[in-house]
Amino acid sequence: MDLQIALLLGQDGIVNGAIYALLALALVLVFAVTRVIFIPQGEFVAYGALTLAAFQAGKTPGTLWLLLGAGVLVAFIDTVVAVRAGSPGRLKRIVLWDLALPAVVAGLVFWLEPDKLPLVVQVALSLAIVVPLGPMIYRLAYQPLAEASVLVLLIVSVAVHLALVGLGLLFFGAEGSRTTPFSEAQFNIGTLTVNGQTLWVLGASIVLIVALYVFFGRTLYGKALRATAINRVGARLMGISTTMAGKLSFTLAAGIGALSGILIAPITTVYYDTGFLIGLKGFVAAIIAGLVSYPLAAAGAILVGLLESFSSFWASAFKEVIVFTLIIPVLVWRSLTSHHVEEEE
Amino acid sequence: MKARLPLLGFLVLLAFGPLLLPEFYVTLLNYIGLYSIVALGLVLLTGVGGLTSFGQAAFVGLGAYATGYLTTAHALSPWLALLAGLGVTAAVALVLGFLTLRLSGHYLPLGTIAWGISLYFLFGNLEFLGGHTGLTGIPVLEFFGLKLSTGREFYYLIWVVLLGAVLATQNLLDSREGRAIRALKGGGLMAESMGVDTARTKTVIFLIAALFACVSGWLYAHLQRFVNPTPFGLHIGIEYLFMAVVGGAAHVWGALVGAGLITILKQWLQDILPKIFGQSGNFEVIFFGIMLILVLQRAREGIWPWLVRLVPFNANQQRTVAEAEPLPCRQMPAAGTVLLEVMDARKEFGGLVANDNMSLTVKAGEVMALIGPNGAGKSTMFNCISGVDPVTSGEIRFLGERTEKLVSREIARRGMGRTFQHVRLLPTMSVLENVAIGAHLRGDKGVLSASMHLERAEEARLLAEARRQLERVGLAEHLFDEAGSLPLGQQRVLEIARALCSDPCLLLLDEPAAGLRYLEKQALAELLRKLRAQGMGILLVEHDMDFVMGLADRVVVMEFGEKISEGLPEEVQKDPVVLEAYLGGVE
Repeated sequence: MDLQIALLLGQDGIVNGAIYALLALALVLVFAVTRVIFIPQGEFVAYGALTLAAFQAGKTPGTLWLLLGAGVLVAFIDTVVAVRAGSPGRLKRIVLWDLALPAVVAGLVFWLEPDKLPLVVQVALSLAIVVPLGPMIYRLAYQPLAEASVLVLLIVSVAVHLALVGLGLLFFGAEGSRTTPFSEAQFNIGTLTVNGQTLWVLGASIVLIVALYVFFGRTLYGKALRATAINRVGARLMGISTTMAGKLSFTLAAGIGALSGILIAPITTVYYDTGFLIGLKGFVAAIIAGLVSYPLAAAGAILVGLLESFSSFWASAFKEVIVFTLIIPVLVWRSLTSHHVEEEE
Repeated sequence: MKARLPLLGFLVLLAFGPLLLPEFYVTLLNYIGLYSIVALGLVLLTGVGGLTSFGQAAFVGLGAYATGYLTTAHALSPWLALLAGLGVTAAVALVLGFLTLRLSGHYLPLGTIAWGISLYFLFGNLEFLGGHTGLTGIPVLEFFGLKLSTGREFYYLIWVVLLGAVLATQNLLDSREGRAIRALKGGGLMAESMGVDTARTKTVIFLIAALFACVSGWLYAHLQRFVNPTPFGLHIGIEYLFMAVVGGAAHVWGALVGAGLITILKQWLQDILPKIFGQSGNFEVIFFGIMLILVLQRAREGIWPWLVRLVPFNANQQRTVAEAEPLPCRQMPAAGTVLLEVMDARKEFGGLVANDNMSLTVKAGEVMALIGPNGAGKSTMFNCISGVDPVTSGEIRFLGERTEKLVSREIARRGMGRTFQHVRLLPTMSVLENVAIGAHLRGDKGVLSASMHLERAEEARLLAEARRQLERVGLAEHLFDEAGSLPLGQQRVLEIARALCSDPCLLLLDEPAAGLRYLEKQALAELLRKLRAQGMGILLVEHDMDFVMGLADRVVVMEFGEKISEGLPEEVQKDPVVLEAYLGGVE
């Protein structure tokens, strides 16, 4: 290996690492707020990328039907709950978020012919389809079990993941897709060539991380999420709805996932089940951080990205084995440093 | 006998099934059997023990590849290859268990996801295992000269193995080790305080589940006669967990129900869904995912408990406890011997000092009461003494031996029994079995003899001891009730019986009279007096002053983590410092 290859691999690793970092942040966020280990995170990556790809291919993405269907289902369940609870005041909100919003998105998709639109609008439409799925999935799958043990929630996560992968195959087929890059520019720094898309990924990641930092540090909703993460009961007593916190964290996670997918779609071919492995690598990073620390998760993600790209050079067949085995020394280290404390569930 | 009718019917159907059924159904039953063996391990691990693994398929793969490789490349006998596979699996499971089992709950499943993926890719990329095409030409199993070359012949082997595993698991759960396993779900603290080595117990069930999976893989390899990585991927590992959860993860027969249901449904869905959607693919996972979510939301116990309710036979299992030779008891120290000595104990939680400068002694044959306002640090003191949450500094001696660094089960072994302020028992287990957990250290028969029920003599003695202690505390009518169905006061008394079952010489009782009615309190006081007369030392935390003052020989009063007074009950009651602590001072 010479310096040039090392630089190339390093660049590759950092780009992938940036994506893993975003996913790791989302995973830590969701776990801290809801105690859900969010295995389906990767499906949002795939849905985001493939929805955009479908637009560019001039097709109507199947995720649109999922959005409409999930909206109707959520609206139905919430209406029944609202009527039983005798509070018809909630109906307005239900109609607005679960029925009107998906309907407007669908209307736009059919009316605008997205394949002829600029990339920005395509991206916005893709996000408008995929992101609302986050809170809807929270409502349907997790909210009825919000007080269950971490283990039950984990099994639910795996179930949601399976259902979403199956739906992904149904919507997008087994073929992979790539999207057009955000920028075709190339920069030469010495012997190193940097692609415009690489800079897009890094830039977007940094902007997102800063945005999250500001969100959690400076806004009321961010603080509400942090409060819920620290003490659910206490947050509730202060008037923070844990349901709201759950839906909000799922919205953020879905947004981060879909955006990550959109960012990498021009670099790698995305298949309906690609998201799972990408999400799991975010996981390895999140576990390095013990599922609690954001900066550690980001650092772990870069480590995972670099390890992956260098091992793909030296032992490409064993790339996945090496990355997932990384978790073992991390667990050893965690088991040696974390002292045993009894927790009551 | 009536209760066994459904089981007998099932066995008869199983025995004659393959003689009558067409080939297709025999194959289906073979697969159900193979999957059930794996799901059974998960019942033990997840449903009973509260641990979860998504990586069981990888253990199946280890069994299958071990025999696949050894019988083709080295022409080894399949039976030796089985042993080799079990050895490899055990080694891998022990290492993984060592790494992940001591971490809090969700790291184990995450670890199993990671290593389930790793092993799958490893199978697919190792040259000598045939890569993604796999290994072919695995020999036919021979059984005393009988070749098992068709599915019909193999059927009997699979189901004999499965039923053997079911029986062994059932036996294991109904034993001393089984109670320790079931106690894991209630959090390790109580189990450890009763002397159960929870890390070891967790490792044992993880190992058993892995070995079951390995055997299933071995059978699979010789049934199929070829192996490739596909059936050992993570998605299949997840499917095994589905089987256990859907069938009823807490019941051995739930594994069979779940495996049967999922296998048949999968078969049916794989036929019908591609026709509906007009394209081919694994669409059944959509259905399974949604089904599992609904099962967890609506019927978290799975299908088996619901099936049992349909069949009225099993409902009323009135059991009796056989008479048995009493267990040997420890030699009680002579009355007046110092049992427990606490010197300058200090406990910090971060910056908070919960106990400071605490010193006290308890002698054999006396009741020492530890009293003080709420939040004075009494329960913290208890946890320090019993090793649940060790002191930050200071010295604790029990029977002359330094114990402040020992873990709670080691202290329990030395003869200290305790109850908890917030009752810790296993609500769905019977009162008798809950109390028998207390006798854990008085038996020594292990998992193997338990699974073959070779330890029945010891088991009878343990249960008889549990009954004796329950009679002693006045719960003789409730032996077979669910512990959770007792009122809170009686649950506290149950904890006393459980502590007594460990044959202690020092008893730590944390608010034993709370929630008892007047007559029950009198009976409890009477019991404690009797124990004292027999030479037991008792350290008591209690808020009922009539109860304390009528019973205690000496009293220590705590406030803000420190001792403010000590002496005879009547002295302490007159102490102005104590009066101020309880009633407030006169300004």
